[in-house]
Amino acid sequence: MVSQREVLTGKHLMQGDVACAEGAIAAGCKFFAGYPITPATEIAERMARRMIEVNGMFVQMEDELASMAAIIGASWAGAKAMTATSGPGFSLMQENIGLAVMTETPCVVVNVMRGAPSTGQPTEGAQQDVMQSKWGSHGDYSIIALAPASVQEMFDLTIECFNLAETYRAPTFLLADGFTGHLWERVVIPSPEEIKIVERKKPVVSPDKYMPFKPDEDLVPPMACFGEGYCVHVTGLTHDELGYPKTTDPKVQHKLVNRLCEKMRKNANRIVRTYESMLEDAEVAVIAYGIPSRASLNAVKKARESGIKAGLLRLVTVWPFPEKQIEELATRVNAIVVPEMNCGQIVREVERVAKETPVHLLSKIGGELHSPSEIFEAIRRAAGI
Amino acid sequence: MGETKIIESIKGLSKEEYLLKGHIACAGCGATIALRLLFKALGNRVIMVIPACCSSVIPGPYPYTSFAVPVQNIIFESTGATASGVVAALRKRGINDVTVVGWAGDGGTFDIGIQALSGAAERGTDFIYICYDNEAYGNTGVQRSGATPYGAWTTTTPTGKKERKKDMPFIMAAHKIPYIATACPSYPIDFIRKLRKAREIKGTRFIHLLAPCPTGWRYDASKTVQMGRLAVQTGMWVLFEIEYGRFKLNPPSDELIDKAKRRPLEEYLTLQGRFRRLGEEDIQKKQKWVDEDWERYRRYHQTMCLI
Repeated sequence: MVSQREVLTGKHLMQGDVACAEGAIAAGCKFFAGYPITPATEIAERMARRMIEVNGMFVQMEDELASMAAIIGASWAGAKAMTATSGPGFSLMQENIGLAVMTETPCVVVNVMRGAPSTGQPTEGAQQDVMQSKWGSHGDYSIIALAPASVQEMFDLTIECFNLAETYRAPTFLLADGFTGHLWERVVIPSPEEIKIVERKKPVVSPDKYMPFKPDEDLVPPMACFGEGYCVHVTGLTHDELGYPKTTDPKVQHKLVNRLCEKMRKNANRIVRTYESMLEDAEVAVIAYGIPSRASLNAVKKARESGIKAGLLRLVTVWPFPEKQIEELATRVNAIVVPEMNCGQIVREVERVAKETPVHLLSKIGGELHSPSEIFEAIRRAAGI
Repeated sequence: MGETKIIESIKGLSKEEYLLKGHIACAGCGATIALRLLFKALGNRVIMVIPACCSSVIPGPYPYTSFAVPVQNIIFESTGATASGVVAALRKRGINDVTVVGWAGDGGTFDIGIQALSGAAERGTDFIYICYDNEAYGNTGVQRSGATPYGAWTTTTPTGKKERKKDMPFIMAAHKIPYIATACPSYPIDFIRKLRKAREIKGTRFIHLLAPCPTGWRYDASKTVQMGRLAVQTGMWVLFEIEYGRFKLNPPSDELIDKAKRRPLEEYLTLQGRFRRLGEEDIQKKQKWVDEDWERYRRYHQTMCLI
């Protein structure tokens, strides 16, 4: 449980980035490493002030590569750790994200997505890093990514990111966007007792019996941090359950990498969260995540008013992909509309899972949000009206 | 060097402008003054390599740009590396009269860009690298950098920075490059002379330029030139050159070896909001560091030893 000062219980008018920082502190984050980048800088700025108050540590690093490296170090030294960035910084972090996956390091990375590629549109929101968050580092692996659609969720889902990172020992991403990051809205921060906080699983055996990378049934190994009496060898090389490099044994590589992929797939039921609106009798489903889901809800209501049976499936969890929910939904509806602020990324996953059901992409880039009427028109077209 | 003489000499500069009207820098931006002088000093046979920094925004948005020279705007960490490529290809094509200029901020030099700069210097890349130093990340709204001085407020050092500034010219001196200089747009003739000298030297040339920043330093935008002068007159900023390893103080810094001739540091610090929280003890500490640095400069200057 965290102290009162760490949780600013009450109602606030807050910026999305600031709410994210407060969520991290409420979740028990004690180490933040960051680097200035629009539109995520406000998270670092808030952390710079607040870490002093809550006896945590804020470090401004020399670049994003270093930020990511530092949170991996801090996590192994026992702290809940986070960094925040946007596209260019996220690209720089990728090699270290792979290291965090391979060494099963709990950590949270916030990506306040902006128009891309490259320097792109620093001050405009986008959802162009969705596939990068899944596949950005080299190799096969799995991670968790959540997409907030409001300032309240910038707070709530940052806490959930920490809980998931601690539970599944993987880098966990908050895939926010520049609009939500800079949005000001009402946030209700609960009392500390009402906030569910998860701590990483610790070994229960003595140091001489401890195998640092031997998983339990949930495929997650208990984690001994430095300074807890266990001698742990942490490496990005392919390693056995003792944590020692074994780079030429196919069986070791096979077992480790498959488990890193399986970890999220096997636990998907516990991780995945979606919200359904008006889907019971829907003929056209809108599948949205992040800020476009707000206009989508409005559009679905408008469609209902004009006699089209439309509904909304909002993905809170983007990765692992909510396959079951969408597979089941696709058997019930005639068409699916996917509005996203990129040239079509999640739509590919939806198409893969929806099989025969027609899927319509409503792409929007350039720094503009989807308007409800645009989505309504897309619903109308999908319904064949 | 008297002020009248400076004005007279400035009149002798080219009337050509390669930094055009309509740029969107903050009022009183020291870096923009320097940029205008840079183009006047080197003419338009230059290619600018500019990473993410204020100067990637200053030329303004489509359909206009206020830079009348070719610019390659590149990612934050790569000035030295991209310039290496540009120089190599130009020389391979037999184009030898074009000066490649890396123009990067202090964050892009001291922090994220130091690896690429170090690599370029070690390879002897034939270009001029200018670090315009406003002692913080200005473009993202004033966060601390490796160039932010002790005690300065930024949004990520809300109680004042606790660490000292890196000594960048001497880090570059350790690379044994042929030419290193410091400059400040408040001393335009000195800056122009150094740019033209640098242009004639082959290899990596590094110029460290103090660029007073009213937005980040929290002073009146009309006081930029005065702020640069005060930095030099208090000895906080020192004008010098290191040519093939030989250190030399330049006017007016060369007359400030005697501490009595330097104005007290407080005169510089108290005009800036970013140092508002500095206590008496902090000011003394900073004064002591300035004096220690000067002892080093005196020795280098008088003994003409190799750095």
